[in-house]
Amino acid sequence: MKLNRRTFFKMAGAAGAVALAPTTKAAAATNAEVLDAARRGVLVDTTKCIGCRACEAACAEANTLPGPAMLDDAAVFTKPRKTSTVSFTVVNQAAVATPARFVKRQCMHCVEPACASACLVRALDKTPTGPVVYHKDRCLGCRYCMVACPFDVPKYEYDSALPYVKKCTFCADRQARGEAPACTSVCPSGALTFGMRNELLDAARERLYAKDSPYVRHIFGEDEVGGTSWMYITDIPFEKLGMPAGLGSYAYSSLTQASLAAVPFVLTLWPPLLMGIYTFSKRRNEVGAHGSDAREEADHV
Amino acid sequence: MSSSTTATAAPARSWASDKLFLGLPFWEYLKSLATPGNFLAGLIMAIGVPLIAYRFIFGLGAATNLSQTNPWGIWIGFDMLSGVALAAGGYTLATSVYIFGLEKYHPVVRPAVLTGFLGYLFAVLGLMADLGRPWNLPVPIFFSWGGPSVMFEIAWCVVLYLTVLGMEFLPPVFEWLGWPKARLWAVRMTIGLTVFGVMLSTLHQSSLGGLFLMAPTKLHPLWYSPFIPAYFFISSIAAGLSMVIVESALSHRAFESRIDHKTDINGIALGLARGASIVLFAYFFVKLQGVADGGRWALLATPYGYWFLVEMLGFILLPSMLFAYGARHSHVTLVRWTAAWTVLGIIVNRLNVSVIAMNWNVPDRYFPSVMEVMVSITLVTIGVSTFRWIVNRMPVLNELPEYRDSASH
Repeated sequence: MKLNRRTFFKMAGAAGAVALAPTTKAAAATNAEVLDAARRGVLVDTTKCIGCRACEAACAEANTLPGPAMLDDAAVFTKPRKTSTVSFTVVNQAAVATPARFVKRQCMHCVEPACASACLVRALDKTPTGPVVYHKDRCLGCRYCMVACPFDVPKYEYDSALPYVKKCTFCADRQARGEAPACTSVCPSGALTFGMRNELLDAARERLYAKDSPYVRHIFGEDEVGGTSWMYITDIPFEKLGMPAGLGSYAYSSLTQASLAAVPFVLTLWPPLLMGIYTFSKRRNEVGAHGSDAREEADHV
Repeated sequence: MSSSTTATAAPARSWASDKLFLGLPFWEYLKSLATPGNFLAGLIMAIGVPLIAYRFIFGLGAATNLSQTNPWGIWIGFDMLSGVALAAGGYTLATSVYIFGLEKYHPVVRPAVLTGFLGYLFAVLGLMADLGRPWNLPVPIFFSWGGPSVMFEIAWCVVLYLTVLGMEFLPPVFEWLGWPKARLWAVRMTIGLTVFGVMLSTLHQSSLGGLFLMAPTKLHPLWYSPFIPAYFFISSIAAGLSMVIVESALSHRAFESRIDHKTDINGIALGLARGASIVLFAYFFVKLQGVADGGRWALLATPYGYWFLVEMLGFILLPSMLFAYGARHSHVTLVRWTAAWTVLGIIVNRLNVSVIAMNWNVPDRYFPSVMEVMVSITLVTIGVSTFRWIVNRMPVLNELPEYRDSASH
């Protein structure tokens, strides 16, 4: 390969042009507003939950999963349970004696999901109206979604030779038909409210800031990890409910943005830099080995 | 240079005997294989290969100790992360020799590239065992692009770089086959491939660290840092240099008959040690910067902090000093042991990030199953055996006399 001054400057120029190309940030901001208005969510008012676990049963039925074990047995609450490949939602009892508080756990359907930005094949994908859905045919089974999810939601079928990732779908198919998610449609106590996310936030704030409100003045999921579709309000500390702390109020996809932004720079700046060094070192070695006249004949690479 | 001594080999031997059976008749070649080393390798494979089959028939749950909390184990931490880091000698040495023109290191480029190629190949094979649906590997390449994913970048880079390493190793393959025209064509690609290889390596070596940026609540704060891609990239250079020192020392012992005795292997080791010392020193300070930047000093006085200090002082600063001392005082033995220690240190770091300091704050901890360990050992054994098979046949450690004058590659 021959590199003269002109090709060197061509390469350097091309590199600079790509690096300085205008970005489309402004368009993305308005996009976000449009998306925000279309987003659905669920408000979980833990002060209203009675721990009947009808949501668990409805979820199992909607997703053709085996029904929840120990359905009418209060002993199920002795230890907090986790969701699994065969139960996409669980109701746990908070670690306080009185008042008895229950918390339903499932996929939070983050506004900017870590799992979806981790997935290399978009098997996990965020839909504009809220649900984070799973395209199982694309999945490689790398389990990076499980590493990335701050709520430990994606569950893996370890016991299968043909494994898939399993999690709550926010009943995306029911929502597409204009129905509410199975769990919210059976809740008898009004603990679960399905609706537009913006409106739910307003409703939550009304409850939180009402006169003599018993609520903790925080909506879990309003800002956590950049916002989630499922949001929680409560009158006991969130840690007692078993909600994770220290999540940060930024979208986890932003954590890798700096790293990924370096890609075009590496792709455009390395070649001219390395070719420049190559040109210098080649010349140096030729001068060192043969004297300055040997330049042409030593051009063997 | 005179090249008359071995240029015309005995014409009576068959192609297979000449190329595959080390010039021996088939039965004698088979007999020559009955060595303790081969027996051990065969035994490991006889156990390990059925275990890999077992994993594919009965699933990951049956073969591994992975769980819903700990989805990544040593097949990621050792096979993939450590394997790729230790295979960095390929791009490090190719850059030093072909781009920086440091001709002194020419004799170790081919073994470094071969080590790199096999390192990546077996890292990918290890990944196949770890992936739940490895047959979907073409999906991120052809069918569904997950642009914002660090893993997507790694998948592309590793696929491309494995191809680049394979092409970089073509000249010795063509020399072995006796195809001088093809060889010349392959040699002409050297600079282009090297530059492309550096680009890809910069991206995926750092991005393997970048994977963990997504786990700020799970990875211990002493290891979690926004600079983790830089840590992985810088340490891969030290890993590559150290691996070349170790590998060339072992090769010169194991392949006595193949080596070029004019090669100044000690001088090369000392030179690489100088480079590794500087890189490790820089690595130590960028890691320290991460502790300062995150305000993590208080965590050093905890059990995980002590372990972090073991890594920082014992596996980074100490080898940096020992390399410097060894290079300055021409103490080759010290340099070689330090290189081996550094290789171990890189493995410790990759396991720390992916397994040991991962999910440090939850009760459900991971420890590899016997099968996981056996499969990893099996992959290393197959890799080393493949390396031996190739080095014993192709001009990797030695130059063929007929090509000695024609080009510098």
